[in-house]
Amino acid sequence: MSFTWTRAHRAELDALKTRYTSPKALVLPALWKVQEQEGFLPLEGIEAVAELTGYSKAEVYGVATFYTMFRLQPQGRYTLQVCKTLSCALNGQGTILDHLKERLGIEVGETTPDGRFTLTQVECLGSCGTAPVMQVNDTLHEHLTPESVDTLLNTLMDKGGSL
Amino acid sequence: MIEDIRIISRRFDLPQSHTLAVARQHGAYQSVKTLTERTPESIIAAVEASGLRGKGGGGAPTGAKWRLMEGDFDGRPKYVVVNADESEPGTFKDGHILSKDPHLLIEGILLTCYALGAHDAYIYIRGEYYERQQILQHAIDEAYAAGILGQSIMGNDYRVDLTVHRGAGAYICGEKSALLESMEGKRGHPRLKPHQKEPEWYFGNPTLVNNVETIATVPFIVTEGAEAYRQYGTERSPGTLLFALSGHVNRPGVYEAPFGTPLMEYIEHYGGGIRNGGTLKAVIPGGASTSVLTADEAAQARLDYESMQGLGSALGTGGIIVMDESVNMVEALKNLMAFYHDESCGQCTPCREGTGWVDAILARILAREGSRDDLKKLLDISETMNGKTVCVFAPAASSVIDAMVQKFETEFLRYLDTGGAA
Repeated sequence: MSFTWTRAHRAELDALKTRYTSPKALVLPALWKVQEQEGFLPLEGIEAVAELTGYSKAEVYGVATFYTMFRLQPQGRYTLQVCKTLSCALNGQGTILDHLKERLGIEVGETTPDGRFTLTQVECLGSCGTAPVMQVNDTLHEHLTPESVDTLLNTLMDKGGSL
Repeated sequence: MIEDIRIISRRFDLPQSHTLAVARQHGAYQSVKTLTERTPESIIAAVEASGLRGKGGGGAPTGAKWRLMEGDFDGRPKYVVVNADESEPGTFKDGHILSKDPHLLIEGILLTCYALGAHDAYIYIRGEYYERQQILQHAIDEAYAAGILGQSIMGNDYRVDLTVHRGAGAYICGEKSALLESMEGKRGHPRLKPHQKEPEWYFGNPTLVNNVETIATVPFIVTEGAEAYRQYGTERSPGTLLFALSGHVNRPGVYEAPFGTPLMEYIEHYGGGIRNGGTLKAVIPGGASTSVLTADEAAQARLDYESMQGLGSALGTGGIIVMDESVNMVEALKNLMAFYHDESCGQCTPCREGTGWVDAILARILAREGSRDDLKKLLDISETMNGKTVCVFAPAASSVIDAMVQKFETEFLRYLDTGGAA
């Protein structure tokens, strides 16, 4: 596959470049834009970031593998990121995770066969006061119960079905 | 009885508090209007005299940190970087500032930039705070449109540009030098500490890195004066902190309180006590990097740096995690060590390997396949992790292990004595 920046992203990166003393600063912002465009980071996208920033492809690849939010493989349309750290664990994240596994028929790290949902566990999402929480792509869902998870999954399935 | 003191959180409960209109109606940016009538030195001196301490976990004196930025540095540009990489388990207070009063933060940034002679500021925000980043960016856009940010801030002959830099899910980037590595487009590996006091460096340029809440405290100090800040808190821990309360309490949340407030009074007053009328077992007082306190210790603890230190723990970020008698402390330590193992940046061997070993040994103990030798091994590994790495991540893990194993040893032994391998 090949990779080309969208015109909007290219313009945003050009504008952003003027805010920094070195184009090297653009690695993270540019990787985010690749992921936004492609849903993950294909090697061609990593090459484009290397070219933009002056780092080698290997260096950018190293960065892409270091940060957990960057994905090197395509994932489901909705990535369910269940917080597993202490405050959520104290407030029933285990029940939520088990419920999701059962509803979706997959284990952590897997994607449903229809490509809709990927189930992951993540470290502290910074919302300990509203535990248990999970983030679906970029949206935070708080005070989860098995019932609220069901409602959420139904909504997402309806949305996914319209694709 | 606890008196409500609101320095940082005073606009939090207003409807639409994140918007420029509401923030300005309630006093935002007053200090910036006549900014250039003040001298930069007067701002630094006020911050120094206030006794403000860094609110990101370290508690270092902010004024002293600012002084390191003094000087010409061969004419190199100076930068201000705000650490919004809030990732310490149990901590969610900076997120409240970003979403409820981003203009307070921007005002603080303007004052800080002017005081230090910086024209470019960055906010490094954790990748997971996407929705909070949208609110923050909207506030920044509003501030640019109103002439509060940009070429001449509120008509003053002074430029400040502010850029949000999104992280991507690495706890260690909350460490200031790892944060700057990340902003330079690299993996977030903490840097070696210099031999003498000096500023941080961003692409070789002198740089200040301060936590969100620290910067958000500056407008109050500049407007009301250092003494007004010092009237709250204790002699050595002046002012207030946004404490974050989670775990087994009735009303978890973020509540501002003066330093020195008794921990249990705080939990009762703001948290509404232990959930379901339960009994307190333990408290982690300042985020997952601080040593656990037993219920007896918690009863003596005050929410300031000195009190926590006296109890062998730390105030850290003020992220208070409350645990009732239902908590299995072996499982709790396993949870924390899984976190440390996941988040070790991998640069130093004692940390990279040690956190993994500890995690594996705890899994073995929980599976009732551990031995008494394993408990000794945990403490041995902990000792090897302490003080032998570039940053304080491994020493923090070490203190967490030691406190948990020593204070709740009988719980660990229960697994071992009924275990097959013991």
